Amino acid sequence: MPRPISALPAAQPRPALMTGGQAVWETLARLGVTHVFGYPGGAILPTYDALPGARVTHVLARHEQSAAHMADGFARATGRVGVVMATSGPGATNLVTGIATAMMDGSPVVCITGQVSSHLLGSDAFQEVDITGITMPITKHNYLVTDPARIATVIAEAFRIATSGRPGPVLVDITKDAQQAACSVDWDEPATRSARIEPRRPAADRAACRAALDAIAAATRPIILAGHGVLASGASRLLRAFAERTDIPVATTLLGIGGLPGSHPLNLGMLGMHGEAAVNRAVQDADLILAFGMRFDDRATGKVGGFAPRARLVQVDIEPAEINRTVKVDVAIVGDLADVLRALLPQVAGGDHAEWLAGIRAEQSRDGARDIQNLPDDRRLHAAHVMHDLWRETRGKAVVATDVGQHQMWEAQYYRHERPRSLITSGGFGTMGFALPAAIGAKLARPEAEVWVVAGDGGFQMTGAELATVAQERLPLRIAVINNGYLGMVRQWQEFFYEKRYSATPMSGPDFCKLAEAYGIAATRVESRAEVVPAIRAARGHDGPMLIEFRVEPEDTVYPMVPAGASLDHMLRRPPPGPRRIGNDRMEA
Amino acid sequence: MPRTLVVHVNDDPDALSRVASVCRRRAFPTESLAVGRTETAGVLRMTVVVDADQAGGRRLVAHLARLVDVIRAEDVTDRSAVSRDLAMIKVAAAPDSRADIMQLVQVFRARVVDVAADSLVIETTGTEDKVDGLLQVLRPFGVMEMVRTGRVVMCRGSQDAPDEAG
Repeated sequence: MPRPISALPAAQPRPALMTGGQAVWETLARLGVTHVFGYPGGAILPTYDALPGARVTHVLARHEQSAAHMADGFARATGRVGVVMATSGPGATNLVTGIATAMMDGSPVVCITGQVSSHLLGSDAFQEVDITGITMPITKHNYLVTDPARIATVIAEAFRIATSGRPGPVLVDITKDAQQAACSVDWDEPATRSARIEPRRPAADRAACRAALDAIAAATRPIILAGHGVLASGASRLLRAFAERTDIPVATTLLGIGGLPGSHPLNLGMLGMHGEAAVNRAVQDADLILAFGMRFDDRATGKVGGFAPRARLVQVDIEPAEINRTVKVDVAIVGDLADVLRALLPQVAGGDHAEWLAGIRAEQSRDGARDIQNLPDDRRLHAAHVMHDLWRETRGKAVVATDVGQHQMWEAQYYRHERPRSLITSGGFGTMGFALPAAIGAKLARPEAEVWVVAGDGGFQMTGAELATVAQERLPLRIAVINNGYLGMVRQWQEFFYEKRYSATPMSGPDFCKLAEAYGIAATRVESRAEVVPAIRAARGHDGPMLIEFRVEPEDTVYPMVPAGASLDHMLRRPPPGPRRIGNDRMEA
Repeated sequence: MPRTLVVHVNDDPDALSRVASVCRRRAFPTESLAVGRTETAGVLRMTVVVDADQAGGRRLVAHLARLVDVIRAEDVTDRSAVSRDLAMIKVAAAPDSRADIMQLVQVFRARVVDVAADSLVIETTGTEDKVDGLLQVLRPFGVMEMVRTGRVVMCRGSQDAPDEAG
């Protein structure tokens, strides 16, 4: 939570007068901002003119969308606000995909955009666009600032909104004349507009907590579904303590990965469309679902009407609008997950669900026989092998930014994350091109961390120009391009649901190694399983960024798969060991 | 089933579009939306009538409460409230039908606020049913133009509105 502006030490004696542009940087510095990701242009020039001398590092992106993803990656890696800056018009509209990505996944991002001078507002001036109107549905709030004296207050308020409740993006649009004009900022004045922007921390309803405790005591087949809220509220340790005390197994959503260590005996893995088969079946068999900071996304629940039909449902979420949004729950607790778990822990009775857990584990090992790891070596390189070997080599402790598609699901299945905030991925919005820029933000936020980019050849080509940013900032990122020459996940849907009509999914690309080298980035290519580990080791030992192109099986498939609109236990399963039989997959209930 | 929501917002130029935008993008068709000043400076009050069931009303209130400019949002559909709609109806009034129209206006306790050679403007205030009723009997004479404010409501007595915005 950013401290109020007045609580931060002043770097200099209280400045009587400064330009609006200077006020932007000074406010950001006082809010603890270390990095701003951005791209200059006409309407934001007065602010960029004040950048030299600011106590903030600016990172120049190659496209504003990437700059927004960088700020998002920075925020996801730390929980601190990520800041992105762009000019008016196309600069601002290029942010839109990045803002929507942050909104859907509850990531605290503050966007500062330049706007044409106030006397030109509404005149269709050069590079004028109504960015506050455009971003209204994809921000928690936004502002148009025309008065330089309001800049400090508004930015501080934007930070508080971005981090309170369910976090999310806030946009501050500042006219060029407001950036140019002189203003006097009193840093001691409480930078608040009204009390309603205080972070909402409603005390958990006692009756609801009581009902939850009763449900836990009565359950014999309980499961915790841990979502992004575990990370957002910093509740990982509390979740672990709660799960251990009650002996309740934990399944995670895609964004909940890392909320409980992957190696923890109670961690079952991911549920949902590409979740583990045994986990999905366990959810369907459970008699109690404890939904902790997860919003019952359709990719996690499958068909809502058929979700967990035998279970009582308890939902804990900080956002009242998430309660009963899709799945109807029996008990709802509105509150910060850490607060709620802290309240429940002393009251909850110790449990023993060894038998229930053993049953799930037995199913998992039966499923494991079909796992690609256990299939006879067919001399092909499967992306799942890459993820598995990357996990083993890094012991599950790297920060991995993934893109969207098949590789994203394989990473979620085979890379068992040990730490919170170590998987950075676009879940709700499914934004291709996210991985590389998000990893840049994450690496700058946590320079000590080992950061990997895992992207498909499709997504990588959307924002690959950021290799220039990697080179310019000399960021030692490890970049794995999973190249199958297809838009793999779309191809998979075409294979299953469109009779293999591969319309517009075969895709060519550059020589990724030569491309990296053109940016001065080391690169190597891997075409067989035997080369995977040596290449990973080479990249980890390399002093500087390195890209590995993995040439993988072109027509590989992510299993299991719950078709859109089907119940969780209706999964397409990997065909049993034997000759590859594409298209013979059977639906298994 | 229409639900009636009362939403208090900051008097900000964007507040109206923010509220309308939430109703639209959360797929609650808006039947009417009336907005105006309140007893408190800087606070506007909106009465929004949307097509939703009770659970939908609850969801919409929660979504509206997320808006920073929303001070309070509540679904008053099931509460005891006074509900009014104001309409002005311009009706064709030939000399031979004028008396009949005036009689109807009296029965409905409406008022004639403008008289022209061949038309009358009738103002009425009441529940939407009453306005609809007047409109129905005026139609045969030829309704030339109509404007309605949409529903505005106020809860009865001194019942304190529960703060559903949290």
